[in-house]
Amino acid sequence: MHAMGWIQLAVFTVVLLAVTKPLGLYLVRVLDPEGRTYLEPVLKPVERLVYTCIGAERTREQDWKGYAASVIVFSLIGALFTYALLRLQQFLPLNPQHFGAVSPDLSFNTASSFTTNTNWQNYGGETTMSYLSQMVALASHNFFSAAIGISVAAALVRGIARQKTKLLGNFWVDLTRVCLYLLLPICLVYAVFLVSQGAIQNFKPYATAHVVDPYSVQIPEKTAGKTAMVKKEIATQSIAMGPVASQEAIKDLGTNGGGFMNANSAHPYENPTPLSNFIEMLSIVAIGSGLTYYLGRMVGNQKHGWSLWSAMFILFLAGVMICWWSESRGNPRLTALGVSSHQGNMEGKEARFGVFNSALFATVTTDTSCGAVNSMFDSYLPIGGLVPLFNMHMGCNVFGGVGSGLYGMLIFVVLAIFLAGLMIGRTPEYLGKKLESYDVKVSVLAILIPSALALGFTALACVTKWGLAGRGNFGPHGFSEILYAFTSCINNNGSAFAGLNGNTPPYNTTLGLTMLVGRYFVMVPVLALAGNLAQKKAVPVSSGSMPVSGVTFTLLIIGTLVIIGALTFFPAVSLGPIVEHFLMVNSTKLF
Amino acid sequence: MARKAYSLFDRSILLPAIRASFIKLNPVYLARNPVIFVTLVGAVVTTVELIFASMRGKPVGFPMQISIWLWFTVLFANFAEAMAEGRGKAQADTLRKARTRTMANLLQSNGATKTVAAESLRKDNVVIVKAGEVIPADGEVIEGAASVDESAITGESAPVIRESGGDRSAVTGGTRVLSDRITIRVTANPGESFMDHMINLVEGAKRQKTPNEIALTILLASLTILFIIVVTTLKPFGLYAHTLFSITVLVALLVCLIPTTIGGLLSAIGIAGIDRLVQHNVLAMSGRAVEAAGDVDVLLLDKTGTITLGNRQAVEFLPAPGVTVQELADAAQLASLADETPEGRSIVVLAKQFGIRERELHDFEKAEFIPFTAKTRMSGVNINGSQYRKGASDAVSEFVGAALPEMVQACVQDIAQKGATPLVVANDRKVMGAIHLKDIVKGGLQDRFERFRAMGIRTVMITGDNRLTAEAIAREAGVDDFLAEAKPEDKLALIRREQALGHLVAMTGDGTNDAPALAQADVGVAMNTGTQAAKEAGNMVDLDSNPTKLIEVVEIGKQLLMTRGALTTFSVANDVAKFFAIIPAMLMYTFPQISPLNIMRLATPHSAILSAVIFNAVIIVALIPLALKGIKFRALSAAEILRRNLLIYGLGGLIIPFIGIKLIDMIIRAVGLA
Repeated sequence: MHAMGWIQLAVFTVVLLAVTKPLGLYLVRVLDPEGRTYLEPVLKPVERLVYTCIGAERTREQDWKGYAASVIVFSLIGALFTYALLRLQQFLPLNPQHFGAVSPDLSFNTASSFTTNTNWQNYGGETTMSYLSQMVALASHNFFSAAIGISVAAALVRGIARQKTKLLGNFWVDLTRVCLYLLLPICLVYAVFLVSQGAIQNFKPYATAHVVDPYSVQIPEKTAGKTAMVKKEIATQSIAMGPVASQEAIKDLGTNGGGFMNANSAHPYENPTPLSNFIEMLSIVAIGSGLTYYLGRMVGNQKHGWSLWSAMFILFLAGVMICWWSESRGNPRLTALGVSSHQGNMEGKEARFGVFNSALFATVTTDTSCGAVNSMFDSYLPIGGLVPLFNMHMGCNVFGGVGSGLYGMLIFVVLAIFLAGLMIGRTPEYLGKKLESYDVKVSVLAILIPSALALGFTALACVTKWGLAGRGNFGPHGFSEILYAFTSCINNNGSAFAGLNGNTPPYNTTLGLTMLVGRYFVMVPVLALAGNLAQKKAVPVSSGSMPVSGVTFTLLIIGTLVIIGALTFFPAVSLGPIVEHFLMVNSTKLF
Repeated sequence: MARKAYSLFDRSILLPAIRASFIKLNPVYLARNPVIFVTLVGAVVTTVELIFASMRGKPVGFPMQISIWLWFTVLFANFAEAMAEGRGKAQADTLRKARTRTMANLLQSNGATKTVAAESLRKDNVVIVKAGEVIPADGEVIEGAASVDESAITGESAPVIRESGGDRSAVTGGTRVLSDRITIRVTANPGESFMDHMINLVEGAKRQKTPNEIALTILLASLTILFIIVVTTLKPFGLYAHTLFSITVLVALLVCLIPTTIGGLLSAIGIAGIDRLVQHNVLAMSGRAVEAAGDVDVLLLDKTGTITLGNRQAVEFLPAPGVTVQELADAAQLASLADETPEGRSIVVLAKQFGIRERELHDFEKAEFIPFTAKTRMSGVNINGSQYRKGASDAVSEFVGAALPEMVQACVQDIAQKGATPLVVANDRKVMGAIHLKDIVKGGLQDRFERFRAMGIRTVMITGDNRLTAEAIAREAGVDDFLAEAKPEDKLALIRREQALGHLVAMTGDGTNDAPALAQADVGVAMNTGTQAAKEAGNMVDLDSNPTKLIEVVEIGKQLLMTRGALTTFSVANDVAKFFAIIPAMLMYTFPQISPLNIMRLATPHSAILSAVIFNAVIIVALIPLALKGIKFRALSAAEILRRNLLIYGLGGLIIPFIGIKLIDMIIRAVGLA
């Protein structure tokens, strides 16, 4: 843990803090249908055009059921569209590599994945997807799914802020405004910046490069039913091309995480320089961070927003430190063999980024529901790999996915206040709204069903042939791979422990279902909660009201998130990274 | 009923409670409590497992101990509830004893009376009760007045007056008429009387879960389901790792993780809250009312009786020019001798301070006392040819047949401006001076209101006095706000206004005209001396008829909620230590390298699991006193209370089980159980 790391962490923190308020204020305007932004002169006509197309009567404020129905209908249409496009890829243009149709199960998985902002990829982008599929079938979801998340978060915040109404805003208006005023403009600038750093943006067929130093490898070849190893000379290398920069921008900003390339942000065309790496990490947490300010502003309690920010930041910092510490110590088994641990554990990491920037990226991408990676978690030491897993077990709510982080966090806030709020001698209330049976019911539903499904499918994979066959490793490490996959999908994160080959019909199906449940079985209860809170009358705040800011509250939220969110998975995790760690330290076993 | 605060481990409660713990094992009953029901299922499963193991000749020491402790966990939870109920039952039994078979003189349509059994009385029957008889049913006095001994329900031995009309017309079945004869219209059918209601309440027989309890139960049940999934999936995870987790161990883990502590104590806390109110001689008609009391943030307090002592007291004599204070005091005392009101007595007492003590009794032989009447608005005495009078300034002015002297007039105005009441004294045609009658604010209220303010509770004084008087008293008492010249309908309007702003309002009342306001208020405490209508409208009845009790009611409500929250937090926080006790133990056989995770250094896997299970059971019993007594109530701001309680019950909940489990493990090792 070196000085450069500390400095970068400090700079990252300062810049994150600096963007939080302006972004929050901007979000207030974007999410107000009447809000005015600097882009209005250019974009207002476009916005009007959209409303004309969908019909003005559809832009009236909706109750929670109307809002939820719109979310689901829009998502369903998007998913079917993507599925169709992937299945028909070979007939469609912009396919210079002539990729064939994507298999039905992989198409289902991928459509679910991008619709739900998960961007779990059971495929390698540059070896499976045509440019059209990347840009139309996938990147469109990167915008829409991010905008849906932010819209639902806004609906919840309105539910908290409003009184005695059923109306939570209009989904179509929110969706349009978030895309037009927030995501598109930023991504435009962002993509140009990435190109300036060296990211590519073209429609060329793949290039072929001649390797400087040709070499030979043994590859298995089937001849007459027998597999034999055949020597093969490698003198050329295919260099993947494509419209990378434009996709990269929304991949990070919208916490999508689905890379254009299989290597994701470890690939030099996606993430060329230390500066691009810094900006990518920042853009992943920026909107989530800004949304806490938006919350504070909307409910008229800015301290509350900052308290949630602080809780998130403390958990973020703890994750970075543990991961960085674990990875910078190096692999004790290798150290025992005399290998210097000076560089830390560099397996699976880009030499360009080193241990600190990999650990920071890993924490950022799993605290949020991004899932972009610039290093391979499969190669992390057990404790280092535990951090991303733990972050996701907290629900990817630390800054979190755009929108989903805020509403996920608010579910835990409701639970924390319900559990501990009685201690002030009043029935629990959040910002003056009494929390009653219905609120508790929908809140626990949003935690219970996803957790149950993730654990259930992991258990199923652990005892089935198809489940075990997907593993890249045996023992606890193989278990971590399976657990990680379902955890990542249920929390709509999409990062992979790598190692696991999930592109089989059973995995494609179960993981696809997991993503859908993880998204909509949270969103619908969240909207129900919003609808119920909006109808309530707020008790005026006094010194007798539940404090929703300050050190005590911040610690209460952290405690709830850790104990109810993450520790629920402690028994499972102990059979994965934890056992692996002790086996590595106390015996000579490696996985 | 002499309401006795039963000591925690009174034998007369303890023994039946132990018996009840077993009776409550009935699964139909336990299904009401999902957490404990799951524990029961766990106990049954481990017992069946134990039987199979013993048939197969496997070692049964460990599973048997786990199984026994799981049964104990359920029994302890039942015991907690039974203890709380037992305390209520003991109160109820005392009430029942007070109820004897009574006969009633039923007034028939022809005007004759007929003696019938009290149980046969129905609503709207009319009965006559004479001195020495027991009132056969709840009712309203429609004719006559009587002194009634209500000690059976209030514990107060001084008799009270019950009379037709007015606000003291309600009588309660089971109380005894001491003098006179009254005619009563029955207002409750048998089994629905106040006494029946009271017995049911304190006994907790028809206890309904309160809204907050229901919501909390949902949350606890959800956590239970979550942990069932966590533990169930551990079986296949174990298969993956070639580790066979036995059913016994998995059930042990499950029971430790689900919130058994709060699950076991939840109903006890609720019953104990109502019981605490009963000890303060307040009957809550539902647990919901007690909860609402905790939420109240506006207290409407009647000035008279709540904030002031209920009567004015003379504090100063202000003589007219040419009159000495002694002369005025003498005249005032003479004029007040016949005045039996507290005001009159206070004038006599104040006059004594001026050395006017010894009066020769024979002076009064020819005295003619003039009582106060609404018409003359004066009282006094005619003695030795002199007429002494005291009364309202205009009445006295009329009596002397002239305007008051300028200085007396000034004094009168001055007193009125201070929010007090001026009286003027005259001897024959001579105005002697003025008396300053002041409302005396009860001691210690200012402090109390100050603490309420810190807790975010606003106090509003309600009075029929004019603005000036009201303001002066409000300032002296330290209330936040006041409503002057209040008519009963103003009270109702004020409550509606506050509620529209989102406030929760508590008030006391006794008169029939208070009934709408009592019904509208979130917490309406009716005075027992009040009318039947008032009692029915409110959701609590104060048997002592002490309006200041409203403050205690709010405190008890808050204490109940605090206790529930504290034990919930404690229970959930406990899980961390249990994870660290059980998980390493479960993995130790397959992965001995994991031993550093056993941070408590528990002796063996068996002792570790057993210690956690024992801790989980014993903590329920250990917390029964806290659940029944309630956690310490402090009047602080919510932020401060949260910090304090989170430190004690949150952080405490994290740390205590580490210590407790380690200690139990050491004991287990020492005794050689595992």
